[in-house]
Amino acid sequence: MFKSHVLPEYLATIDTDKCIRCKRCIHNCGWGVYSWSGERVLIDTQKCVKCLRCYHYCPVEAIEIEDSKTRYKDNSSWTYKNIRNIKKQAETGGMPLSGMGCDLPLPILFDNMLLDACQVTNPSIDPLREPMELRTYLGKKPDKLEVERTKDGKLKLKEGFKMTPQIKLDAPFMFSPMSFGSISLNAQKVLAMAAKECGIVMNTGEGSLHEDLLPYTDHVMVQVASGRFGVNPDYLNAGVACEIKIGQGAKPGIGGHLPGEKIPLQVAKTRMIPVGSDALSPAPQHDIYSIEDLRQLIYALKEATEYKKPISVKIATVHNVAAIASGIVRAGADIVYLDGFRGGTGAAPNVIRDHMGIPIEHAIAAVDERLRQEGIRNEASVVAAGGIRSAGDAAKAIALGADAVAIGTAALMTMGCTVCGKCYTGNCSWGITTQRPELTARLDPEIFGERLANLIRSWKHELMEVLGALGVNSIESLRGSRERIRGIGLDTETLDMLGIKAAGT
Amino acid sequence: MTHNFQKDIAGCGLTGLIDKKGKGVDGSHIKTSLSLMTDRGNGLGAGYAAYGIYPEFEDYYAFHVMYDFESSRMEVEEILKANYDIEKKEEIPTAKVESIVINPLLMRYFVKPKAEKIRPGSNEKDFVVQFVMKVNSEIEGAYVFSSGKNMGAFKGVGNPQEIGDFFKIEEYTGYIWTGHTRFPTNTPGWWGGAHPFTLLDWSIVHNGEISSYGINKRYLEMYGYKLTLLTDTEVVAYLFDLLVRRHGLDIKTACTVLAAPFWKDIDRLDDDEREAYTTLRSTYASALLNGPFSLLFGHSKGLVGINDRIKLRPLVAATKGDMTYMASEESAIREICPDPERVWAPRAGDPVIVEREG
Repeated sequence: MFKSHVLPEYLATIDTDKCIRCKRCIHNCGWGVYSWSGERVLIDTQKCVKCLRCYHYCPVEAIEIEDSKTRYKDNSSWTYKNIRNIKKQAETGGMPLSGMGCDLPLPILFDNMLLDACQVTNPSIDPLREPMELRTYLGKKPDKLEVERTKDGKLKLKEGFKMTPQIKLDAPFMFSPMSFGSISLNAQKVLAMAAKECGIVMNTGEGSLHEDLLPYTDHVMVQVASGRFGVNPDYLNAGVACEIKIGQGAKPGIGGHLPGEKIPLQVAKTRMIPVGSDALSPAPQHDIYSIEDLRQLIYALKEATEYKKPISVKIATVHNVAAIASGIVRAGADIVYLDGFRGGTGAAPNVIRDHMGIPIEHAIAAVDERLRQEGIRNEASVVAAGGIRSAGDAAKAIALGADAVAIGTAALMTMGCTVCGKCYTGNCSWGITTQRPELTARLDPEIFGERLANLIRSWKHELMEVLGALGVNSIESLRGSRERIRGIGLDTETLDMLGIKAAGT
Repeated sequence: MTHNFQKDIAGCGLTGLIDKKGKGVDGSHIKTSLSLMTDRGNGLGAGYAAYGIYPEFEDYYAFHVMYDFESSRMEVEEILKANYDIEKKEEIPTAKVESIVINPLLMRYFVKPKAEKIRPGSNEKDFVVQFVMKVNSEIEGAYVFSSGKNMGAFKGVGNPQEIGDFFKIEEYTGYIWTGHTRFPTNTPGWWGGAHPFTLLDWSIVHNGEISSYGINKRYLEMYGYKLTLLTDTEVVAYLFDLLVRRHGLDIKTACTVLAAPFWKDIDRLDDDEREAYTTLRSTYASALLNGPFSLLFGHSKGLVGINDRIKLRPLVAATKGDMTYMASEESAIREICPDPERVWAPRAGDPVIVEREG
């Protein structure tokens, strides 16, 4: 066999003067970069993915992971990435894959938007001293409400009126769907514990619900995707809502393939498939070839849950997203979940991930506006995901028109993820996107559940500060309030599309 | 373009009074009260609304319309003639006021919609609203000051005394009066931009800045309202119209939507009430008025005063006999009612609702 012509991406080095031969790096690396020679640590740098697990666990800071100095000759057209992919494809004949979202330097419109703040004519509000409300209800709202007054003047809903089911969120945040199988059970437990702690919701993804998550089902949304893994009436009724997954921002139009190596007993049991068999999620749902079929599945789920759970439909944001979303709402969905093209994934072919879909900023703006034009914005809530990196992004997404945002990658970062992008290999040294027991055991749900809860707490505080500076004390006064955003460095067409004015106007 | 947000920024003073027995008082009272707060404005806008001023035409919609150009008058009158029976048409009487050098043409019409023009399934009030929206948004130089029955708005660029003198408001007798003086920071210096803002017989005078204007505007647009007046105050008038007239909420409930109780307070209610408030608030989330405001909302049957939910603008109320007074400053009340029986500062978000008896 020839030596590979694919250049190693990273150069792992150990300062032998500092190294105390404790072998922790060997133990911690899920990739097999390090091995023991008998007297020192050997390094196979070709295998390094720069996840930095070894760096963090080296007690004497002897390890450095640098970008490999040897690069192909500079060329703006034939970039390092292009050349490297071609060599890899030539050697394997396979499609280059990636984990996580698109990493190309495409415009991030959140970074071209700025929020307003109060000066003089209206007072800003101090969230440390005044009430500041983030509570959000997701689900269909009636167009209008009929109320009555009791004899003693108390407000009462009109006899016989029943509000459609809602998801109550203490803050407009959710965790994106990530299945057991694609991530470890411990990683799902981290999400569930933090969701419970923060009064928000995690999403099972399409891998069904492991029994260990049953104590958290008040904070769980269950998902039905094309593989229909582990879908049964108990599952559908277990959480606070059901979601039909049509598409994923990182890989619109294609399905999923969890290799048999990632299907040990627990995953197999939860998904209700044989141990070691490949878990295939077809590209389309084979009972949904058009909108009328989606309507039937939405109502099948509503029937199965006795109209007690909101039904969410998750789509990747593609070119015609506004019309698609409108169809989904008219088909009866209570929530439309928009996943932008920068959204994460456990595995996607690079050609799909890097070249398909549209950014979430455009999608929120288009969908919110279209639903308003059609007079059906109240019929469904809009959740935005795919590239939400901070509370600032969340505030802008909400101001553009989202009811809530969902985060996946950011949540995984609290568990150690450094976005190395090798989730699909099943070797995650942080114990997140792996089923290898020696790796998953290192992710302690209690410790990392607390860290993730901390992130949400921090974002809550940040969002409250933003609201206070804007002079409002409730999140619904920011939602869809595009008047509070200005664009910088955007052309007229983009500003009009986003429905915002240019800075200075 | 829906994102052509043009928010007016202004500080203000407001005052209002109601005789709940429906007995009229002349306009000199409100002018005296408002003039005391002249320093809360900067002379760039003042106005009055009065109810009960046209008893001889009480069954007719009284349209107060301003025109910048003769051509806009002709255009509006053509539409009026085609759609309404016009009982009377006249210039609104005005007096010469030295400081008011130029003013638009100000006309009033007493009209009834032609029954055959109203689409099946629609109604007279919707028909009038559509007419007002059309004039305000589509006919350049024309703007409807008010469109209710037996009521009218009188407003313009000037201070309270000047505008009151100009319109000779002491010659009108009404059972509800509101007045407003403004301190705009970026005014287009436009007569239509002064308060009150009205629609049908709703009228609003408002002190504050609606920080949630962006979403309130987009919410109303979903229901066909066209927000054209370069100010955030019109959202209040249209929200009342939507909630009370079109959705049939009582005024107290509508106030609960506009200045919603905090979740922490809703959570403490008993089950039925908690469910009602939770549903109401989440259904009408986009109608919540956020940011500092005090406002008076007049309608043919009463007067309502309300503050934002943390009271970031002043509002004082007082009663004496059948009269209720509300104003930005207590002094503005005492100027016309030196010995009120009760004076109080309404709590944040807690409306003062006075209904006309009978």
